[in-house]
Amino acid sequence: MKTAAETDKQRWQRETLEPALKNAPERAKTFTTISGRPIDRLYTAEDVDAVTTNNPGEFPYTRGIHPTGYRGKLWTMRQFAGFGTPEDTNARYKTLLRAGGTGLSVAYDLPTLMGRDPDHELSLGETGKCGVNVTSLADMETLFDGIALGDITTSMTINSPAAMIFAMYLVVAEKQGASWRTLSGTIQNDILKEFIAQKEYIFPPRPSMRIITDIFAFCAKEVPKWNTISVSGYHIREAGSTALQELAFTLRDGLEYVQWGVDAGLDVDDFVPRISFFFNAHSDFFEEIAKYRAARKIWAEAMRDRFGAKSDRSWKLRFHTQTAGVSLTAQQPYNNVVRTALQALAGVLGGTNSLHTNSLDEALALPTAETATLALRTQQIIAYESGVANVVDPLGGSYFVEKLTRDMEDGALAYFDQIDKMGGMVDAIERGFPQREIAESSYRFQQAFERKEKIIVGVNDFVQADDPPIEILYIDESAAETQLAKLERLKRTRDNDQVTRTLDRLRSAATTTENLMPPILDAVRVYATVGEMCDALRDVWGEYEEVPII
Amino acid sequence: MARKLRVVIAKPGLDGHDRGAKVIARALRDAGMEVIYTGLRQTPEQIASAALQEDADVVGLSILSGAHNHIAPRLMELLKAKGLDDVLVLIGGIIPDVDVPRLKALGVKGIFLPGTPMQDIIAFINTHARVRV
Repeated sequence: MKTAAETDKQRWQRETLEPALKNAPERAKTFTTISGRPIDRLYTAEDVDAVTTNNPGEFPYTRGIHPTGYRGKLWTMRQFAGFGTPEDTNARYKTLLRAGGTGLSVAYDLPTLMGRDPDHELSLGETGKCGVNVTSLADMETLFDGIALGDITTSMTINSPAAMIFAMYLVVAEKQGASWRTLSGTIQNDILKEFIAQKEYIFPPRPSMRIITDIFAFCAKEVPKWNTISVSGYHIREAGSTALQELAFTLRDGLEYVQWGVDAGLDVDDFVPRISFFFNAHSDFFEEIAKYRAARKIWAEAMRDRFGAKSDRSWKLRFHTQTAGVSLTAQQPYNNVVRTALQALAGVLGGTNSLHTNSLDEALALPTAETATLALRTQQIIAYESGVANVVDPLGGSYFVEKLTRDMEDGALAYFDQIDKMGGMVDAIERGFPQREIAESSYRFQQAFERKEKIIVGVNDFVQADDPPIEILYIDESAAETQLAKLERLKRTRDNDQVTRTLDRLRSAATTTENLMPPILDAVRVYATVGEMCDALRDVWGEYEEVPII
Repeated sequence: MARKLRVVIAKPGLDGHDRGAKVIARALRDAGMEVIYTGLRQTPEQIASAALQEDADVVGLSILSGAHNHIAPRLMELLKAKGLDDVLVLIGGIIPDVDVPRLKALGVKGIFLPGTPMQDIIAFINTHARVRV
């Protein structure tokens, strides 16, 4: 019986729980998420008294930005792919589109990502290895040969040289006869998370931010349906952050871009609707779902209240999700199919707008065509067989999920306060604040793994000695040789005077405040290479070097 | 008393994914070694010079990008030229099985794939590395 001073939960603890615990103690003293957040035994109505009871499609969108969830349109199944030469990757795209993929997503190799041509000394051994090599417009023409850019949407993971690669894409579209005004897709273009986590930066933070605001302004006028940035938590998480840090740093990065856009004289509602996000789907199921739900609410409120955005298109946070590469194991690789399926389900239950599922062999190599297809099938099974897409936000109202959502929001806002006090995200990065926070979390997780407080099946428990090897995609040096030969031929056959002239023009534009997209487009059209264009800007701005934080 | 083992952890190539390099640097330091982390994008020349200047007993490379077949032969050659052929060289990262014998033949003593416990790497170093005099 409940006493007068007792809540129902307290009565339950006294009458039912305590005797049960005496008979059968729990498996551990404390239970935590993969991020180390303590989890209580039970959540009840008493934990969620302050839950917002908003509806999907309505501010602040905790339950989703579409009133019909996935009943109207399923998420976009967008598989990230790229390797070797543009010819190799073009063939893979055609395979993915034939298998029912509904969007393309380009993975570039490290030389392209770092703005180096294949003939640079640092490109040694890297060309075509982690993605496709694109050195000039000629490669971009090959990459999308036979794929109508007016009919598909393309996401491109490119950051420091985003303006150059995007310009190449625009010129290919133009040559195919597609109007820039109807083109749709995304460039990642998120330099802040490069400084924070993935470290593929070229120029110092401030000129890097200027390129991004130039792209915002250019697209608002010329390519209005293009997502100009995909503010990314994915890499922050892969670098070892907690779910909360991923959420907080990503959204704070988003606020930083908005602030810089406003400071550059843009109207919030002209460019914010084209900002999209990219989150990780890690293994702790409910923590991830709470993260996505909190993200929508925080963004909506920040856009309306902090920046005075009036359009609901500015308030609605749209995001892509990728399952956690870092969770995949080289040991017993078939287990990765199961991990990925659970992570993908978390993304879907969290209301993702598009999704990439990793392939089972990605702790070993880039995926084969077979494993990439299996990864896509995983999404299709969730979409068409599981029934979860029949209803909007099925976990809304779960005491646990609502409480986690609320805690995620509070935690993120506390990080915002800290970063605001430092003067914003660029300043915080220059001080090494997010970098240090992530390094701490990643080391803490490693220690928990070593102590077996966190179990990874097949790695620190349930280990199998005779793990049979699987066939992997092995990328040899032929892609590098092909790309080098093409580059040499290009430099012989293009109009090198025009190249020099446009590069000089780009160099001088970088010393002023004029928008850099037009001079970059001019250089792209005469087949200047990514390396040459980035070098022109390196001449003016120099290169960033970080002080490593261990 | 003998000095501590000195370990240079280096991240060669263009890749910026430094989670592994940083975690291992810290774990070796916590295990009582003297650790020097070079930071990102080091050429084999820079790594060999760091090994010489820092009196390294151990050089650990973190490579995830597939560039190991180019970086390792060059580094081993440079270490030899500098008279550092008794330095223990280790690679951690994503290394396809077919490449392992080739790297071992070059003189890379330990190759550690994803999921290797830090304790295994520490034990390997303690067994195989000697303080160079």
